[in-house]
Amino acid sequence: MSAASPTTRILVCESTACASSKAAEIRAGLEAAVGRLNLADRVEVGFTGCHGFCQKGPIVVVEPEGIFYCQVKPGDAEDIAASLRPGGEPVKRLFYRHPVTKEAVPRYEDIVFYKNQHRLILRNCGVVNPERIEDAEERGGYGGLKKAVTSMTPEQVVNEVKRSGLRGRGGAGFPTWIKWDLCRRQPGDEKYVICNANESSPGAFMDRSLLEADPHSVIEGLALLGYAVGASRGFIYCRAEYSLAAKRAQAALDQAYGKGHLGARVMGTGFAFDVEIFQGGGTFVSGEETALLSSLEGARSMPRSRPPFPATSGLWGKPTIVDNIKTLASVPPIVSRGGAWFASVGTEKSPGTVVVSLTGKVANSGVAEVPMGTALSKLIYEVGGGIPNKKGLKAVQIGGPSGGFLPGGKIETPLDFDSLAEAGGIMGSSGIMVMDEETCMVDAARTFLTFVQGESCGKCVACRVGTRHMVGLLDKIATGQGTEEDLGKLERLGEIVRNSSLCGLGQTAPIPALTALRYFRSEFIAHVIDKRCPATVCRELVTFRIIPDRCTGCQMCVKVCPTKAISGPRSQPHNLDQSKCIKCRSCYEVCKFDAVAGEAIIIVS
Amino acid sequence: MAVSMPETVRQRSRERRKSLLPLLKRTQETEGYLSRETVRRISRELRVSENEIYGVASFYPQFRFAPPGRHHIQVCLGNACHVGGAPNFMEAMKIERNLVHGQTTPDHELSLEGVGCLGCCAMSPVVVVDNEVHGRMNRVTFMRLVESLDDPEKPS
Repeated sequence: MSAASPTTRILVCESTACASSKAAEIRAGLEAAVGRLNLADRVEVGFTGCHGFCQKGPIVVVEPEGIFYCQVKPGDAEDIAASLRPGGEPVKRLFYRHPVTKEAVPRYEDIVFYKNQHRLILRNCGVVNPERIEDAEERGGYGGLKKAVTSMTPEQVVNEVKRSGLRGRGGAGFPTWIKWDLCRRQPGDEKYVICNANESSPGAFMDRSLLEADPHSVIEGLALLGYAVGASRGFIYCRAEYSLAAKRAQAALDQAYGKGHLGARVMGTGFAFDVEIFQGGGTFVSGEETALLSSLEGARSMPRSRPPFPATSGLWGKPTIVDNIKTLASVPPIVSRGGAWFASVGTEKSPGTVVVSLTGKVANSGVAEVPMGTALSKLIYEVGGGIPNKKGLKAVQIGGPSGGFLPGGKIETPLDFDSLAEAGGIMGSSGIMVMDEETCMVDAARTFLTFVQGESCGKCVACRVGTRHMVGLLDKIATGQGTEEDLGKLERLGEIVRNSSLCGLGQTAPIPALTALRYFRSEFIAHVIDKRCPATVCRELVTFRIIPDRCTGCQMCVKVCPTKAISGPRSQPHNLDQSKCIKCRSCYEVCKFDAVAGEAIIIVS
Repeated sequence: MAVSMPETVRQRSRERRKSLLPLLKRTQETEGYLSRETVRRISRELRVSENEIYGVASFYPQFRFAPPGRHHIQVCLGNACHVGGAPNFMEAMKIERNLVHGQTTPDHELSLEGVGCLGCCAMSPVVVVDNEVHGRMNRVTFMRLVESLDDPEKPS
């Protein structure tokens, strides 16, 4: 080992999720400990963007050994640094443990969450320091752009994308090259290209993760798009709430300008390309491409009717391409390694990979990337590590708040655009939420519909009024006031909203309710006929009870009850007055986590 | 016949208009909210009518027209957080502090906002207090967090 340059690197993840759990403090602690132990000449402390495994954050990785530490606390810094002294052993207590076997897994690549992934779009996430362009360049960053501007015509770039079979990762799966080619053929030199990073879909956080961890790949993809269609100005439309992502992207832009990868003479050629970041107002509908354009123009973000498509008449009436951030991040390797290489991954009709954010009731939640066509079951049980707490799988929702629910019986469905459409779902944002037996489908449908209803821009009557009535009907059912007739009404209304809305928001808004009715009708029947909520979720249909045998009388619940419904002396089973109970769950939660007794309070339907 | 605007004039005017949302955002970041005076100032600067600015700004949920409290609490109501019980936090604030979405307490100490997904779903339910993210909350830990914000100097 040479003493001149560091041979070991300790990398702390500093994305939004890990940063919220004191990642910066951990890094400072590591730096101090490395200095104290005189390791500074061979150990370097740095940071990366998101590894995708946010649930286990903060994450610290030691390279080149690939040791993966999770849920690190500032107090662990000393031990991690000490483990790198000659003859030191890795810190076992911080290893990831397999959710079922509880076996400790020291290495990054052996963890089930990563083992089954194919990281193409996320190739640099968690590997490079997002604020150092050299890190990205070392891994081939800007190589595709260089190749394109120095040795390819714009038409050749479009053809390479055509050969790759790349389809838009925004949800609809439209072939990317068709849009590009249409825009390229438009006359005039005033064209615009936009990266859509307005990720507002609840449960999806891969765009944030990508922009925070690897902004250079996104910028390179956008520049390639600009070159291919003949645009000299690009925008990264970043969601308003993602301040760290916008900050990292801006830093990356400054560096790219500094290196001559952007600007009046890209890579020393005649191609001029400028990029700026635009932060929108944080609405779900702004992710729709025409609504996004309105927002960029400084107006209310409401969709326009198509045609004309943005590729012929977009921003300020000029030819414009709006591509999802993941589509753009796929482009650089397509150009540098060839479209055929990309097409060899995934399925014939949906080549490449899909980035999903796996949330809900799975052991491993986070952002993962798998080849298109991977079965949902593989994603949930292998990458996701299965359902925790020995519960059974009830449903999987794919595609964000307007995605469909697939029942447990459909989890062999391959994850690609066409198979999902066949099963009644959509790819959408490819946010995947796993639901176990404790999830009430009426409540779930109501939650998602309420969100979409609130985000409706109000332009189309069907969406604005229709979704409100649908929420009203679901409210009625969830509170035990629904009738069987309401189920039919809900279905009819859903069809109307779906068929008479202008944009994707309205067209997909009813999908959760419709698929819930289709696959979980018996649960709706239980709500309207028996007035029961089998999953014990719907508040009006359940009661809270204390099991006297289990209650140790610790008085935790007495203290937290906001309405003083619980009473009883210390060390004696408590009493819960149903007439005062507002079913707020405080007692249930405190009993589950804090109380001496543990789970003495139950919810029954 | 319509007289067409020279291209440069058109470009200048649309760039000004394009800067409306970023300007509103930056202003709110420094001033905490969009006051009438601010909107008037921006109106003059960008040559966009005040009505038009209110029309645009009120469409986007992130803009506030009243000052936030000394501590601003944002409760994520995205899907993952909703399933994890985030609506209970809003309810707790209503019962215990008489504070609802979009409001500030009369003493200007606390303000509450229910927001859309913050992209931290793996740590749900998530609450943001004064821009600091707190994950894996429940009703009890949430209320403890709120209590920790109370000014010890202030007589209650």
